[in-house]
Amino acid sequence: MRNKAFWTVLAGFCLFIYACKKEDDIQKTVSEFLGFQQPANFPEPVYKLSNNPVNEAGFLLGRTLFYEPRLSRDNTISCGSCHIQSSGFTQHGHDVSHGIDDKLGSRNSPPIMNLAWNKTFFWDGGVFDLDLQPINPITNPVEMDEKMESVISKLKQLPKYNELFKKAFGTEEINGIRIFKALSQFMVMCVSANSKYDKVTRNEGESFTAEEQAGYTIFKSRCSSCHAEPLFTDGSFRNNGIGAGPNNDEGRYAVTLNPDDRYKFKVPSLRNLSYTAPYMHDGRFLTINAVLDHYANEVKVSPTLDPLLNTGNKPGVALSDDDKIKLLSFLKTLDDPDFVSRKDLSEQ
Amino acid sequence: MKLSLQHIAIGCALIFSLQSCSKKDDNKPQTSKKATLSVEFDNIAGDRNLQLGTGTYTNSSGEQLTIQTLKYFISNIKVTNAEGVEYVVPQDSSYFLVDESKPETQECKVQVPEADYKSLTFTIGVDSLRNTMDISKRTGVLDPSGSMDDGMYWGWNSGYIFFKMEGTSPQAPVDPTGANKFRYHIGGFGGYSAPTINNIKTVTLDLSKAGVARVRAGRESNIHLMVDALKMFSGPSTISIAANPQVMFSAFSVNVANNFAGMFRHDHTEN
Repeated sequence: MRNKAFWTVLAGFCLFIYACKKEDDIQKTVSEFLGFQQPANFPEPVYKLSNNPVNEAGFLLGRTLFYEPRLSRDNTISCGSCHIQSSGFTQHGHDVSHGIDDKLGSRNSPPIMNLAWNKTFFWDGGVFDLDLQPINPITNPVEMDEKMESVISKLKQLPKYNELFKKAFGTEEINGIRIFKALSQFMVMCVSANSKYDKVTRNEGESFTAEEQAGYTIFKSRCSSCHAEPLFTDGSFRNNGIGAGPNNDEGRYAVTLNPDDRYKFKVPSLRNLSYTAPYMHDGRFLTINAVLDHYANEVKVSPTLDPLLNTGNKPGVALSDDDKIKLLSFLKTLDDPDFVSRKDLSEQ
Repeated sequence: MKLSLQHIAIGCALIFSLQSCSKKDDNKPQTSKKATLSVEFDNIAGDRNLQLGTGTYTNSSGEQLTIQTLKYFISNIKVTNAEGVEYVVPQDSSYFLVDESKPETQECKVQVPEADYKSLTFTIGVDSLRNTMDISKRTGVLDPSGSMDDGMYWGWNSGYIFFKMEGTSPQAPVDPTGANKFRYHIGGFGGYSAPTINNIKTVTLDLSKAGVARVRAGRESNIHLMVDALKMFSGPSTISIAANPQVMFSAFSVNVANNFAGMFRHDHTEN
C-alpha cells in the first residue's frame, strides 16, 4: 500500500514536471516571432524599418487593428473587408471597392502584399509612405467614413487595446501615430515570397515544367520591362492602352498635374493573380485571359500610351494563342498558396 | 511758493529721467537669455474686423462674400535683430495652425534670444521636408490624424493644405450641395517623387517702421500683424469667385498662393 502511494505520488510529480515542460514548449513556439524577414531573392525593402522596427506586440496590435470594424463610422467595415486574405488581400469579385452604406469607390482595391517594397501607394501613387496610407480608407466617405478622433475614442473604450498598445509601445496611450505605425508593422509582414517561382529561383528543389519554362521565356522578353522581377512590378506609372473608363479617371495626373501623366496608373504586381481577379485600376477585366487579349489585340493608342507598347506595326504585345497558354502557365507559378492561408495573417 | 513748486517739478523731472535711464540700462538685451516673442495674426477683411459667418465683404472684383472658414499654417519663424543677426526658431517648435474660429491659435509664441528685432520672416504653409518626414516627427498641429479631422491634410495626395478659406457668395455658382459656396484649399509642397506645384510662400516683414520687437525676459513682446483675407483675391493675380469658385490641387492654385504675401502687414508691436 505504502509503495503504491509512493509510486502514485511519483507518477503525479512526473506528470506535473512534464506538464510544466510542455507549457515551456508552447511558450517557446509562441515567442518564435522572427520579425521582418527579407526573402533571399528580394531586394532591400523600401520601407524604413529603422523608423518602425517590427516587434511581435506591434505586429499583433496591427493585426487586431487591421481586422477592427471600429475603424469605420458604423463599425461595419474593417481593412480586412476590402483586403481579404483568401483573395490575396484584395476584394474578390468587386471591380471597384465596396465600402460603408454599400457605397462604391472608383478603383479596384489593391493587394496588401510586399508593401515594404512599394515606393508609392494607391493606383495613382498619391501616398509615398506606408504610415500615411491608412488615413485614406478610414476617412474616405465611400470607404470607412470615420474621423481619426472617433477611432481613437472608440478604441480607448475597449480595455484590450490599453493592454495591446502598452505591450507594443510601452504605455497605454492611444494616438493616431501609434495606430498607423502598428498597422504598418502588420502590413509589412504580409510578404508573399513562397510561390513556385520563388522556390525555383531560390533553388529549393522545385523546377518549372517545359510549358512554364517556355512561358517564363516569353515573360522575360515581352512583359518584364514593366513587371520587373522579383516583385513583378517596377513601381512605375504607365498608360497601358486600356482607354479611359466612363468616369474618365486620369490616374497619376491628379497627383502630379503633369499632362504627360494622364491616364497613367501604377504597374501592379503579377503575384497571386489567380486569387485577385478582377484586374486593372477599375477592375474591368474579369479574367487573366481578358488581360492577355487586351495586350495582344486591344491596346488603344493615345498621347501618353507607354512607348514600350507602341514599337511594332501594331500597338500592344505580340502574343500568339500558343504564347498565351504558355504565359498563363508561367503566371500560375506566381501564386503563393501559403500567403493566402497563413494563420498569422488571418483574423483571429 | 511759486519757487518751491518749480523746484519740485524740476526735481520730479530729474528723478523721472534718471529712472528711465536706469530702466534702459537694465533692459539691455542679453543675447544669452531666451524670452517669449509672440506673433499675433489678426484676421481682417479690408478695413473691418473679420467676422466669420456674419460679416459681408466685397472683394476687388466687386463680389460680395461671407467667410465661414479661414485657417492657415505658419511655420519656420525667423527674426533678425538690429545688428542684422538672424535667429531661426528651432523647427520642432515652429509650426502653428492659425484658425479664425479659435482665438487661442492666433498668437504664435516662440522663444528667441533677447534682442531688438527689426524683421520677421515666416512660411505660409509647411516646408517640403516636414511634408515628407516620418509620421513620428509630425506631432501637434502636424499630426495627420488631427489635421485630417481639421481638414488641413490631403490623404489621397500626401501633403498638408497650407491655406483654407471657405464661404458663400451670391456670385458663386450653386454647388452640388445646393449652396453658393466658394472653397479655396491651397497646398502643394513640390512633390515627393515627381515634381509638381509648389505653393510654399515665405514672407519677410520689416518691423522698423511700425515698431521693433524688444524681446526681454520677464515680459512678452507681441508683433501684431493684420492679415487681410480680401487680399487673397487681389495682388499679383485677380481671383474672381464667379470664375474660380473652387480652387484646390490644381495648376490655377499657384495664382491664389501668389497673393498670400500681400495679405500680411505689420500693424504695431506691443513691447
